[in-house]
Amino acid sequence: MGSLTKDKFLFWLYTCFVLLILGFAIFAPWLAPYDPYDAVMRQSLQAPSDEHLFGTDKLGRDCLSRIIYGARTSLMMTLSLVAVITIVGTFIGVLAGYMGGKVDTVLMRIVDMMLAFPGIVLAIAIAGMLGGNIVNAILALAAVSWTKYARLGRSLTLKLRQRDFIAAAVTSGSRPLHILWRHILPNILPTIVVTAAMDIGTMIMELAGLSFLGFGAQPPTPEWGLMLNEGRQHIQTAPWLMLYPGAAILIVVTIFNLWGDSLRDIMDPQRAN
Amino acid sequence: MKKKELLHRLVQMLITLFGVSLLTFSLMYLSPGDPVEMLLEVADTIVSEETIAETRAQLGLDKPFHVQYFRWLAGVLQGDMGMSYSAKMPVADRLWQSLPGTMVLAASATVTMLLISVPCGILSAVYRNRPLDYLIRGISFLGVSMPSFWVGLILLYVLGLKLRLFPIAGGEVSFDRMVLPTLTLAIAMAAKYTRQVRTAVLEELGQEYITGARIRGFPMHKILWRHVLPNACLPLITLLGLQIGWLLGGVAVIEMVFSWPGLGKMAVHAIEMRDYPLVQGFVLWIAVLYMGINLLVDISYTYLDPRLKKGGC
Repeated sequence: MGSLTKDKFLFWLYTCFVLLILGFAIFAPWLAPYDPYDAVMRQSLQAPSDEHLFGTDKLGRDCLSRIIYGARTSLMMTLSLVAVITIVGTFIGVLAGYMGGKVDTVLMRIVDMMLAFPGIVLAIAIAGMLGGNIVNAILALAAVSWTKYARLGRSLTLKLRQRDFIAAAVTSGSRPLHILWRHILPNILPTIVVTAAMDIGTMIMELAGLSFLGFGAQPPTPEWGLMLNEGRQHIQTAPWLMLYPGAAILIVVTIFNLWGDSLRDIMDPQRAN
Repeated sequence: MKKKELLHRLVQMLITLFGVSLLTFSLMYLSPGDPVEMLLEVADTIVSEETIAETRAQLGLDKPFHVQYFRWLAGVLQGDMGMSYSAKMPVADRLWQSLPGTMVLAASATVTMLLISVPCGILSAVYRNRPLDYLIRGISFLGVSMPSFWVGLILLYVLGLKLRLFPIAGGEVSFDRMVLPTLTLAIAMAAKYTRQVRTAVLEELGQEYITGARIRGFPMHKILWRHVLPNACLPLITLLGLQIGWLLGGVAVIEMVFSWPGLGKMAVHAIEMRDYPLVQGFVLWIAVLYMGINLLVDISYTYLDPRLKKGGC
């Protein structure tokens, strides 16, 4: 019992951290000392000081403010990406698992095809080809990441279909949609949600990676990956430009990873080691 | 692996290649950029509508989608991947030029990664829930949460700029230029792989025959070498195949950071220039590489696992 309460404690602790990050994103306009788009050319590339805690970039914009606003961009991109792949992937997987037959064969063939290929390579090609912007980066990563949820949704549904309460629902004449919505979905949702939570950290990094390559957020958007790309050119003269955005990614990803793991531990105490 | 299975796998690989090429081809067809304009813009002269139309016809870009695709496919089947717009040479030649850089980097990164993660993973498993285990797990947890390109930049700054141990500009394939990108990729992969080694070794250590061997007084190092590692090997090889899949993508980003002349850097430039044949060729090559490696992994099972050898052929 002792470990269970410890798991719960950790989960709530990390939840507080996650809320803190969300708070930074939501209240960015009140927390940021400067306007993240405000270019003051006379103050370009200034080292960290009392006035500008994290220094300024090439255009004299305040680095700290851009990092705080960057939390907004990153979280908005990541949460929409995770929402899209979770919903689309699960929907396809559950459909394939419940319908069976030809629908299942065709859908799973497509999934197998996508899984037989390194996703991030394809994502780079897709995002680049569609033209670098935030929406296309999300689409590109969604196109290569939904398969995991389709697989998961399908296998969970197949397992549930054997159960008596589903057979009871079928014999009592419930429509398939009703069964899917009322009986299948509530039962597979916990596993799907835990998987999605554990994916957030990875997705933050992959989105930042696309932006770093120039295939994601475009200037002047404050986005951490893009800021690292801009800072790279001034690595000799202004190292703070590449230090702080990277540290921001590290901290946020660590917190989301810890949170995802702790969520798994309280949802499924048997699987935790 | 039986002959029939092998054949089945090869057919599946061909289908995947077909699907992937069709997907990338349609993306390029739908994409907003115009390669003809990009191509002529490089020449930096004002061009007439006629020249644009002429170039377009020359490249076959005025044809409908299916004609373009099947013309390309027919070429590939005959070993001709078309001409790269930006490099002005056959795609195959351009790919051969960049392949050695990426292969050397990928190989050295994989070896370095194994040298780091296998000992760390074993130590972490053997000293489970002791300070050393916590330390290794903590470091690998941090490693998983760090974007690889940032690690690359930090290494570049500290080891290249401040300590001046390595040259910072890439450009050519040489040993001292390779150290930093190798380390960067190895760190990113080792963070994940150390955990996987730990899990695999722990699983084996939990088996009853290990307890039996320990009760009979065999020394730990003997148990590890003779029993645990050979058995933990199999799942680890599969996971290594997956890591290499990540590596093929990660290498693109890291090559950009260090201006390393490899496939990844080439691909990013090709995408920026809308050099469709080159991008298409790149995606196809990566697919073949990745699937080839995973096929080798599965074939190696036959030799490593005696149970499969007995049933095979």
